[in-house]
Amino acid sequence: MGVDELAQNEKPTEEVTPGEVAALSDSVIITQLSKLVSWGRQYSFFLYPFITACCGMEFMSVAGPRYDIDRFGAALPRFSPRQADLLMVVGTISHKQAPILVKIYNQMAEPKWVFAYGSCTVSGGMYNNYATVQGIDTLVPVDVYVPGCPPRPEMVLDGLIMLQEKVAREPEINMTRGVSPLGEADDRKIIA
Amino acid sequence: MDTIIAFVKQPLVMEVLITLVKIGFIFGLTIGFFAPMLAWVERKQSAVMQDRVGANRAGVFGITVIGLLHSLADAIKLIFKEDFIPRGAERGLHTLAPALAVIPALVVFAVIPFGGQYTLWGHDVSLVIADLDVGILYVFAISSLATYGVVIAGWSSNNNWSLLGGLRASAQMFSYEVTMGLTIIGLIMYYQSLSLVDIVAKQENFWHWGIVWHFPAFVLFLACAVAENKRVPFDAPEAESELVAGYFTEYSGMKFVMFWTAEFIEMVSISGMCVALFFGGHHIPFLTQDFLLNALGDVFGPNWGGVIVMLIGIGVFITKLVILLVLQMTIRWTMPRFRYDQIMKLGWKMILPLSLCWIFLVGVGILTGVMPTP
Repeated sequence: MGVDELAQNEKPTEEVTPGEVAALSDSVIITQLSKLVSWGRQYSFFLYPFITACCGMEFMSVAGPRYDIDRFGAALPRFSPRQADLLMVVGTISHKQAPILVKIYNQMAEPKWVFAYGSCTVSGGMYNNYATVQGIDTLVPVDVYVPGCPPRPEMVLDGLIMLQEKVAREPEINMTRGVSPLGEADDRKIIA
Repeated sequence: MDTIIAFVKQPLVMEVLITLVKIGFIFGLTIGFFAPMLAWVERKQSAVMQDRVGANRAGVFGITVIGLLHSLADAIKLIFKEDFIPRGAERGLHTLAPALAVIPALVVFAVIPFGGQYTLWGHDVSLVIADLDVGILYVFAISSLATYGVVIAGWSSNNNWSLLGGLRASAQMFSYEVTMGLTIIGLIMYYQSLSLVDIVAKQENFWHWGIVWHFPAFVLFLACAVAENKRVPFDAPEAESELVAGYFTEYSGMKFVMFWTAEFIEMVSISGMCVALFFGGHHIPFLTQDFLLNALGDVFGPNWGGVIVMLIGIGVFITKLVILLVLQMTIRWTMPRFRYDQIMKLGWKMILPLSLCWIFLVGVGILTGVMPTP
């Protein structure tokens, strides 16, 4: 049996009609696994705070009492990349720092997202010189860009809500991000 | 049908069934209720203590239940997180270690009485899974097994930080094991028993509660127990600023959370031990169980009265448990982390001599009759 045939056989032959859904809704809770998983992921970001510069002060205020990022379920910092979901890149990334960022990104367990916090991470900001990476998207894939020098905490929260919406829209629950093209293949160290 | 009823009514089968129900109750209470609730309490209490709002966004159809659903969201996310085993790790041990950490924390509950003895419909029901004569020794034996989970996790990960975390954990847990045993020797002398059921039974009179005569021992015991559990301020084995994440650096997803679950369950079992040793178990101050049984037995009959007294006992036990859990949480969010050498000094140079002093004082008190034994 060819691959195309297999795919055809796996297609659902019957759609569930709205009437059937209504009849079932009294006794069972109907949801899609992908929706459930996306819902869980939306409200449970474990951050990896990759903080290198002055935006870190602003990040503290976002996590602090006044702006309280924990309201969105994204308060818990995990300093081991294996346990983190959201790589918060906060502050200027110099070329010396770049390999470390790539390594951390590659070490993170799937699924993972990247948050570019502040102008320096978005585009290099005012450091348009030989020493600074001109935007971290030259190193790792970025999900949310929040410019500003530093960004207002409200902007960061807005970015986080946008990221939550993006996660909710994600079509597949096992969509892998893989490694950064700049990293060494050795970084991942997968055997599992 | 009749044969099934006859089979169930055999004393031995009944005994097994009652024990299974008790085990189910303890499982539901610890893993089912307290572990997720404590994850929420930790978050929300920290928010309250830091003047924040705390997690409140996760909702189903707009119902957020003051952030309770965030625990559910965390669980769902962690189950679907990549399960990671680093290259060069000892695969079998790496997988086994989280289980080795959780199981001892659960098994300790076998000897902690969560109620008294009741006679219901001709059956003696004692609300403890196993009434061991050496209950306290069993608790110490099992809780030192928890060290293996941590050490094996640190060693099998093939990571320097993990290994250092595991080494720190083993040194810290063994040191505090010794001191923790010594802190309650005075209590054992006072109650003349190693069985937790006996000790709880002897605390029916409020003036014989452990906390009344042994307050210093309670403080020392709680300090040792928190250190043994490796929580803040004694979390040197997972110190983020020094060891990345300590012994579970290389764990992701559900395996990593099993270490947390172990910590939370151990918190519950520490509180359970404290309630049994110092706070009179299921007893209400100045109210004896016989008085309750008589009063309620007159109204509801001896059997249903007994059931109600049993439920009251469980309720009182859980209330005391919750108070002690909140106390532990408050400690966790109040104190900064000790340096590693400070932890060792505190254990060996302060708590150990103090507990020896306390044993001496209790001995003198009992011999001279200043401290009336129950």
